[in-house]
Amino acid sequence: MSKPTAQFINVGERTNVAGSAKFKKLIFEENYEEAVSVARHQVEGGAQIIDINFDDAMLDAEEAMEKFLKLLAAEPDIARVPVMIDSSKWSVIEAGLKCVQGKAVVNSISLKEGKDDFVSYAKRVMRYGAAVVVMAFDEKGQADTLERKFDICKRSYDILVNEVGFPPEDIIFDPNIFAVATGIEEHDNYGVDFIEATKLIKKNLPYAKVSGGVSNVSFSFRGNNPVREAMHSVFLYHAVRAGMDMGIVNAGQLTVYSDIPPELKERVEDVVLNRRSDATERLLEIADQFKGQGGVARVEDLSWREQPVAKRLEHALVKGIADYIIEDTEEARQMFDRPIEVIEGPLMDGMNVVGDLFGAGEMFLPQVVKSARVMKQSVNYLQPYIEAEKAEGAKAKGKIVMATVKGDVHDIGKNIVGVVLQCNNFEVIDLGVMVPWADILKAANDHSADMIGLSGLITPSLDEMVTVAHEMERSGFNTPLLIGGATTSRVHTAVKIAPEYSGAVTHVLDASRAVGVASTLVSEGMRADFVAKVKAEYDDIREKRLARPKSDRLVSLEAARANKATPDFEAFTPTRPAFTGTRVFDEYPLAELVPYIDWTPFFRTWELAGNYPAILEDKVVGESARSLFADAQAMLKQIVDEKWLTARAVVGFWPANAVGDDVVLYTGDNRNEELTRLHFLRQQVQKREGRANDCLADFVAPEGTKPDWVGGFAVTTGHGIEEHLARFKAAHDDYNDILLKALADRLAEAFAERMHERVRKEFWGYAADENLDKAELIKERYSGIRPAPGYPACPDHSEKPELFRLLDAEAEAGIQLTESFAMLPTAAVSGFYFAHPETHYFGVGKVGEDQVAEYADRRGVDTDQIKRWIRPNLAD
Amino acid sequence: MSGKLELLNKLAAERILVMDGAMGTMIQKRKLQEADYRGERFKDWPSDLKGNNDLLVLTNPDVIADIHAAFLEAGADIIETDTFNGTSISMADYDMQALAREINVEGARLARRVADEWTARTPDKPRFVAGSVGPTNKTLSVSPDVNNPGFREVNFDDVVAAYEEQVDGLIDGGVDIILIETVFDTLNAKAAIFATENVFEARGTRLPIMLSCTVTDMSGRNLSGQTVEAFWYSVRHAKPFTIGLNCAFGAEHLRPHAVTLSAIADARIAIYPNAGLPNEMGEYDETPEVTGGHLKEWAEEGLLNIVGGCCGTTPEHIAAIAKAVEGVAPRKVPKHKPAMRLSGIDPITIINAAE
Repeated sequence: MSKPTAQFINVGERTNVAGSAKFKKLIFEENYEEAVSVARHQVEGGAQIIDINFDDAMLDAEEAMEKFLKLLAAEPDIARVPVMIDSSKWSVIEAGLKCVQGKAVVNSISLKEGKDDFVSYAKRVMRYGAAVVVMAFDEKGQADTLERKFDICKRSYDILVNEVGFPPEDIIFDPNIFAVATGIEEHDNYGVDFIEATKLIKKNLPYAKVSGGVSNVSFSFRGNNPVREAMHSVFLYHAVRAGMDMGIVNAGQLTVYSDIPPELKERVEDVVLNRRSDATERLLEIADQFKGQGGVARVEDLSWREQPVAKRLEHALVKGIADYIIEDTEEARQMFDRPIEVIEGPLMDGMNVVGDLFGAGEMFLPQVVKSARVMKQSVNYLQPYIEAEKAEGAKAKGKIVMATVKGDVHDIGKNIVGVVLQCNNFEVIDLGVMVPWADILKAANDHSADMIGLSGLITPSLDEMVTVAHEMERSGFNTPLLIGGATTSRVHTAVKIAPEYSGAVTHVLDASRAVGVASTLVSEGMRADFVAKVKAEYDDIREKRLARPKSDRLVSLEAARANKATPDFEAFTPTRPAFTGTRVFDEYPLAELVPYIDWTPFFRTWELAGNYPAILEDKVVGESARSLFADAQAMLKQIVDEKWLTARAVVGFWPANAVGDDVVLYTGDNRNEELTRLHFLRQQVQKREGRANDCLADFVAPEGTKPDWVGGFAVTTGHGIEEHLARFKAAHDDYNDILLKALADRLAEAFAERMHERVRKEFWGYAADENLDKAELIKERYSGIRPAPGYPACPDHSEKPELFRLLDAEAEAGIQLTESFAMLPTAAVSGFYFAHPETHYFGVGKVGEDQVAEYADRRGVDTDQIKRWIRPNLAD
Repeated sequence: MSGKLELLNKLAAERILVMDGAMGTMIQKRKLQEADYRGERFKDWPSDLKGNNDLLVLTNPDVIADIHAAFLEAGADIIETDTFNGTSISMADYDMQALAREINVEGARLARRVADEWTARTPDKPRFVAGSVGPTNKTLSVSPDVNNPGFREVNFDDVVAAYEEQVDGLIDGGVDIILIETVFDTLNAKAAIFATENVFEARGTRLPIMLSCTVTDMSGRNLSGQTVEAFWYSVRHAKPFTIGLNCAFGAEHLRPHAVTLSAIADARIAIYPNAGLPNEMGEYDETPEVTGGHLKEWAEEGLLNIVGGCCGTTPEHIAAIAKAVEGVAPRKVPKHKPAMRLSGIDPITIINAAE
């Protein structure tokens, strides 16, 4: 960072085709990349402004200026300093002014062509918002005496400040530094004239600054850098004291005044300050002694080069330094077995650091883009090795179809992600903005994309992304889907988008993360792990989200009811169940339940993250998972074969209709006599427009419309478990103790799943044609739901006793309820059945005082009691 | 026109003025459909038009007038025209470049009409119209082409020409102020200032300019990488009526940048934050009381001259903000000693060497 205020300003001079042979050569060779690094070295060497000049008869200076400045804009470590746009041609200056976002300095304008041009240029400079260097030059020529220097500056100042309205603090005078010690006597006082002119300007022209091209002064000693540097240093020492504010210098090559050898210093001062008539001869006498000593080495902190290669790569990525990236990449390549591992290891680690810094606000976008470019160079270097290896999984490239979704025209973020990905050798097929889902799917198909990236900035885009995911699912896609954009979030992706699509869905926080995610998704070795991990993470978020009521703004119960869910009961006629009342299942065959087991939660019980079956192949936990799974299979076989556990269930259906937020159950089909009432809570959180405040009762036909039914169930696989647990306990066999409990829990869930399937197909029969495989069952791709009291859609556990009473579950299935409504045996599941095709799981969330009071009234319980039962749902 | 400016200056010296809230999110709430955007006139337009909010000033002006009126009723002194994307560059997304001028003229007229109705209703509280000039959807400082960091999708002259058309249209339609807002790329803003000055010069008129930067990420910089201070130095030549910040964050996260700007800017400060950050579902859910509470504190600390709301703010927010700052004295515009203040993406101030 440059200091916010500065006393003497070094203006870097090397990015000047007239002043640097090297720079000129690079520009003529069109080697702009290297030319940019000349600018970087100036800034690293301490230049606080960089002077840029392309004045050469053989150059299209306008074009070169524009090209160079646009390239500099992509280099944050250079672009942090202001530029000085240096040309004697106004058209070149103007071309430059159109390319800089900062406040630049124009170098220069003058009265050379007369007052009219001067005024007109000054006005343009103001409109572009730049400061200006004014040369001490008028219609008669360049000022060479003290008097002319000051007079021209004063005249210029008066015109600018009084006639043009130019801010005086934005004026810099250049009263011309000319070469001294040329052998021509008239030149001897040039140094003194400049210094004296500086004093007059600073004294008489308020707020104006003084600058000059310092290296001119030593022109006659070209070829002898030590003497030249001493002359510059001496000249500046005195000129700065006189008020010189800035100088065009070779920043980083300035001798410190006090470090100049005394003899040299004395003779240089004699020359610069014109202290004796033989000063030039005396300096020439000793000049050769110093020749060839070389100047001060460019100050560059290279301590980071001593760190291990991974750290060096990280440093290069974070700082955007490309200078050593090839040698470091090569070193890293030799450390790993396979070149791809350099990308997947240190490079990706480095980019993650970049992502963290960006997230923390310590890096900003142009820097991130720069980092990605350095990464690209490294990847480019590795590419031939990766291809030569031709090993399976060495694929480093992928194709991504990207689009801003329909209804949204914001694409800057998406474009940046595109740039960063392309930097890393991804092929990006950018469909632009406002892209309908059909086009996205078609492009993905046409290009055989490896992934699809959706972007959007405005809130409605979130819904559109859900639609795209839904349509991808419908079209049988399996392509990973990446979600990004300002209003997108991990939670939204997890809760709203991921459930729509069975392929991989990942939220990408920002451009800096895109490479990591995309590279992982095309890596044969890493994809499965990553996808499983993200999926598990999102499942977790979703569960927590549904379970955790939002502390958002609540609407009144009345308003919530006015916004109730309105499933279609016109077209839909509820199906009559095959039986009403209850049906009991004793000793249900365990073997039938085994295929219904959802193994993913089983592994989570053991704190092994990942989805089944991918987890078995997981790099980190795969071995543990496989061993655990083998033990589980063995015990499961014993459980089934040796009938360790007994599965018992009871299910029931009753004629029912909704009355307000209650569901009334009737004793018979005539619906005259009320059997009981189930009481449900309604979402009260303020919803986005188009979203209902759901209540389970909304999904049952209202009284007086059509006959409808609800169901209930209680299943357990826990009978008989105690005997075996006692056996393991006695043997201090904690492992098998936990294993058995976990398996019993899984079997109970599997039993609930199997029973629900039979309910849909046989007992209630509203989905007799359903044909879902086990994976689809696990993903709840069926119609209707089976919410349990105490869970998000009906969070009041105290409704469980009524369910149990209806089912006579204690007698029929042997399940008891504790005082706190827990089920014994613990391997048990109970709940209601709802059949309307539009029913879905939801969380009631926070409810207001008004609903609590009304609910207590409906339940016939006092309010405090209700509050104890549904405490997590109470608004703060 | 100068009478209007004097009045504006007088009022701004007396009290904190209130701007309106979000146009975009208010329109979103209406759940307008494709047909609402098309209207009769564009019913056969070949591309999708849903989301082209500026087009509504032609096809569904009542919706926009309602929103203007709701904000005026809530207590806004200044309303913004619905012309944020009304440049030929942004309109190209809908192939509607040719309509850019008309949209600005009509958008300005519409806001003018509603504002004047309210001025007539509350003559002691005259209402002003700020012509909204957005950043366009192209950036002059960042390359979208990976293989060529020097590439730009548009050039300065294109952007200036588009802004000239917009600003000229807004002035034709009768705006009081030119509001160059949501600046994510300072070079775009400089082109807008350049264009505005060109139009002023051609018309022989001047209107106050309001400038508002958007800090896009936690680094405290705009998208093109400038700090707030560097941004101010880059645009200070516009001698704006106000300098400020809008969008991106809610008041809470915007605060450090507002404090910085208030300390360095020798111009009035206008801040219009979002209604908090969007929650995980993309909704802005900061309540009017919370937004109002934050801004009341700011006002009392002397950070504000003009205040309003951006994304997610509703008339209720504006009413709460108006109430919160009522009776609180506006920030005193500081006088700084002249100094050369330059910037790249970082700022630098050069003090006189001999001092």
